[in-house]
Amino acid sequence: MVKKGIMTFQTTPSIASTGVTAGPLERKSPFNEQFDKVYEDERSDLTTNEQGHAKMIEDASMIALSKIDATPSDADYLLIGDLVNQMTPSNFCASSLQIPYLGMFAACATSVSSLLMGALLTESNLSTCALAGAGSQHNAIERQFRYPVEYGSQKPKTAQWTATAAGIAVVTPFKAGVPKITKGTVGRVIDLGTTDPLNMGAAMAPAAMDTLQRHLKGHRTKESDYDLIMTGDLGETGFTIFKELATRQELDISSNARDAGEEFYGKDPKFLAGASGAGCSSAVYFSYVYNEMMKGTYNKVLLIATGSLLSPLSYQQGETIPCIAHAVELTMK
Amino acid sequence: MDDKKYATLEQEISPKPPLFQNIIRAFLTGGMICLVGQFIAVFYMTFFDFTERTASNPTVATMIFIAMLLTGFGQYRKIAQFGGAGAAVPITGFGNAVVSASIEHKSEGYVLGVGGNMFKLAGSVILFGVASAFAVALIKTILVKFGVVSW
Repeated sequence: MVKKGIMTFQTTPSIASTGVTAGPLERKSPFNEQFDKVYEDERSDLTTNEQGHAKMIEDASMIALSKIDATPSDADYLLIGDLVNQMTPSNFCASSLQIPYLGMFAACATSVSSLLMGALLTESNLSTCALAGAGSQHNAIERQFRYPVEYGSQKPKTAQWTATAAGIAVVTPFKAGVPKITKGTVGRVIDLGTTDPLNMGAAMAPAAMDTLQRHLKGHRTKESDYDLIMTGDLGETGFTIFKELATRQELDISSNARDAGEEFYGKDPKFLAGASGAGCSSAVYFSYVYNEMMKGTYNKVLLIATGSLLSPLSYQQGETIPCIAHAVELTMK
Repeated sequence: MDDKKYATLEQEISPKPPLFQNIIRAFLTGGMICLVGQFIAVFYMTFFDFTERTASNPTVATMIFIAMLLTGFGQYRKIAQFGGAGAAVPITGFGNAVVSASIEHKSEGYVLGVGGNMFKLAGSVILFGVASAFAVALIKTILVKFGVVSW
């Protein structure tokens, strides 16, 4: 039977622990208390932004492993990614950790794509401990996708601020008392012809809606079944469009839908439409959402991480912005 | 949903740039930068041996130096976020484009990094500045030749 990207995990792989690191500016985040480590220096006292980026992912991995008294030698797979060209921060992190490594790229949706990959490996009995996650570092990503960090250009209200953060989840076979991965939906690339990289939320919103609809239909669930439906980094503009699309599809998500990017900097207008970046959704999912599930606030959550699959080259050549969203369903009981 | 319908929806929901506010801010920021420049020009004419014509060179150099410091201390981008074109159009905006690119690429060394990327953003300003100056000079030369205007 054709599955069309709809996944059900019979063995319910579990997220045994998580580790989240963030940069100094991220102290302003309302999720700040939930992060495991917040650096004083955005490069964590290393020479380049890219080195700081790698260190952040590595530290998050080590923190996640240490919480279950494990070391890198106990891990089967490292499934991580970032937004820098050829994902060098992830590569250097993998070089340092020496865990068998599969680089994952789904732009800012890597938090969920890597989690799905971890769940698949665990489900097929090929892994007992897989590290999944992603990270982003503001300066390293801005310089690649936009202008130099100190260049003075006026950004519109729809623009988003790349978060400096990394989040890692340790995926193990079924374990009681921790969130379990029960279902997933692999996204399709959706491109409705938007071209403005300073309004990425608007580009990604249709992808998030497509994945939400496919998840609900494919798994025969209702939007009201979830205590929380959280999109990754649509930002204020994208999330408003997402809610409008939901209304048009007659989905009622007014009470349980939230967006990690919109809330990441506490809706501070200095950060315009909110946060973006691979580290945004990973940091919120693997700290706040995970902790709230452990506390019992949420039992069943649907995480829809969104990513825009553009490059500076494709944008300058006048191409549209192809977007993707992957969904994963977590349950506590 | 097709592309056109979505474009309509997107434009409806996305906040519009506050055009009037941006224009006022650009006017104030650009005006303020020019006012500082004027003070510096007067300073050079008062305390040094410069005329109104020759004072422009040291004034420009001083303005770029100030823009360089502001860029290095992370302030120029804040001015630009407020002032928009008012911060980009004066010579200080050019200085900011050069300096920000240099700071950014310092991690790749002085030759391939700073040297190779310093004019990454400002390069097109130089190219099109020179090209348009040539065109304007050509027009003026022709007009002077036919006696329409004088140098």
